[in-house]
Amino acid sequence: MHIVVCVKQVPDTKIIKINPKTNTLDRRSAPAILNPYDAHAVQEAVKITKAIGKGTISVLSMGPPQAEAVIKKSIEIGADRGFLISDRAFAGADTLATSYALSKALERISKDMPVDLILCGKHAIDGDTGQVGPGIARRLDIPPVTNVIEVAEVNESEKTILIKRKITNGYELIQAQIPCLLTVEKEINSIEYSPMPNMIKAARYEPVIWSVNDLEAVDRTQLGLKGSPTIVGKMFTPPKPEGGKRLEGNADEQIQQLMELLNDKKELLQPNSNK
Amino acid sequence: MMDEYRGVWVFIEQNDGKIEGVSLELLGAGRKLADKLEVPLSGVLLGYEIKSLSREVITYGADQVYVIDHEVMKDYRTESYMKAVINLAEKYKPEIFLYGATSNGKDLASAVATDLSTGLTADTTMLDVEVEKRLLEASRPAFGGNIMATILCKKHRPQMATVRPKVMKAMEPNPDRHGEVIEEPITLREDDMRTKVIKIVKDVTKKVNLAEAHVVVAGGKGMGDLQNFQLIHELADTIGATVGGTRDVVEAGWLPHEQQVGQTGETITPKIYFAIGISGAIQHVVGMKNSEFIIAINKDPQAPIFDVATCGIVGDALEIVPKLIKEFKEARERGGEMSYV
Repeated sequence: MHIVVCVKQVPDTKIIKINPKTNTLDRRSAPAILNPYDAHAVQEAVKITKAIGKGTISVLSMGPPQAEAVIKKSIEIGADRGFLISDRAFAGADTLATSYALSKALERISKDMPVDLILCGKHAIDGDTGQVGPGIARRLDIPPVTNVIEVAEVNESEKTILIKRKITNGYELIQAQIPCLLTVEKEINSIEYSPMPNMIKAARYEPVIWSVNDLEAVDRTQLGLKGSPTIVGKMFTPPKPEGGKRLEGNADEQIQQLMELLNDKKELLQPNSNK
Repeated sequence: MMDEYRGVWVFIEQNDGKIEGVSLELLGAGRKLADKLEVPLSGVLLGYEIKSLSREVITYGADQVYVIDHEVMKDYRTESYMKAVINLAEKYKPEIFLYGATSNGKDLASAVATDLSTGLTADTTMLDVEVEKRLLEASRPAFGGNIMATILCKKHRPQMATVRPKVMKAMEPNPDRHGEVIEEPITLREDDMRTKVIKIVKDVTKKVNLAEAHVVVAGGKGMGDLQNFQLIHELADTIGATVGGTRDVVEAGWLPHEQQVGQTGETITPKIYFAIGISGAIQHVVGMKNSEFIIAINKDPQAPIFDVATCGIVGDALEIVPKLIKEFKEARERGGEMSYV
């Protein structure tokens, strides 16, 4: 079983600060981390190979040279090896151009070792699109299953996998043929503490770095900014909604005013029904 | 070549023979775009034994409905739905194609956009069209700031976007509207499918349904820690409300993801929304700003949440909330108009 996990380096949105003057991101304040959903994808790959008793976990990322940090982090969680595609030709890619570049790297990886399963996080926390995973599956012509909350069974001899996919108010149980691509939700597992040997391996690990020239049969017009059909037209501050009314006075006075307002609007304050 | 593409399409998502609300909202939004561009608005309806739903699609604003009614389409699967939609889009060439930003809508749109090599904007919250260039302006909150970005797709067609539920408005259904139903054949066979939906399990025990709640009490990281956050639960219990939270609160593990309100959580429109210790980052605001009555409690008088609040209280939530709980309990004991638990 060869599992490839696609991972992305993202700014940590929990720590990020906004410059109130310019309304933009203060990048110095944002440390780069492994996209949290991708960490769960790596963890799930570890779980699957442990359950089977064998297998290889490769991680693949695209980004600047410093993105090798997220590959090291993945090694710490339990991946065996990592590949980083890094080249100016990839820069400025939207989701379409990103899935193209990653699918070319996946083709290169699978030439040496055929890939059975591709795992991705549900989405990256910087763009929140969730479009790259299904895009890769389409390019490689394998079935995607998104929003996976459990890998229930992997049947290597039958080449099938049984998955629970989250839907509103429940889940679907899906059987998919291998190879396929899954995007995972956070609840699929909890990240375990990395064993010491993994940490040592990660500290010394040097990922394979490929430039565009290392990939085969690449149509350069489909890469980076040039290969991206979408562009940002303009940025604007959203129109201010109505509202903005403040209550005056000390805490007790404000609460009294609020209670009066709510009393006037008591038809709104119906308790939630217990259905 | 781009001139061949005409018309506005909406993917009509149905589950168990019921059309999703976001699809009706998109028909309302799509109608405006189609009128500006002077082209027809079409719905794309896939499923099994769902043909009769095309009437509803027309009453909500469509001029045409493309229907594929086939057993292989019974449950949503990327591979079958994608092939059907790609075939339709290649045959009829719409210039704009909208999908609800649901799990299935996002999944389908991503696969279709890849195959058609066209642009796809995710989680749009505003839509407009530049008529002269026939350019869709799909706007969404940009990462890292209280700022919106308008995404354009100038050289590829169709221009595609997924749109957040509950931000667009559906039209009043008009039973007298006329429209055309176009049934399309399909050549897919079940044996060719590589995924099978074995069963669908509905979790009937799930208590928290933010989307249907009339009153929501939401807390942010301004509550400080998990222990203080219990005040949010206590207030909600007192008034019979549902608890919601910001992304930070969910990331911190104070609430499960299904209680997250905002861009990557639920978009909700309750009658009353309490935003407590929530600064009001745009990613949160897009998920609650259409609530009918918004009460904001925050220490920081500059917090952007006050811009959307119907009623703002500048103060320490840890002081205000216990007092509010006390007031509501006393009101209940008096048995007056505000006894509702």
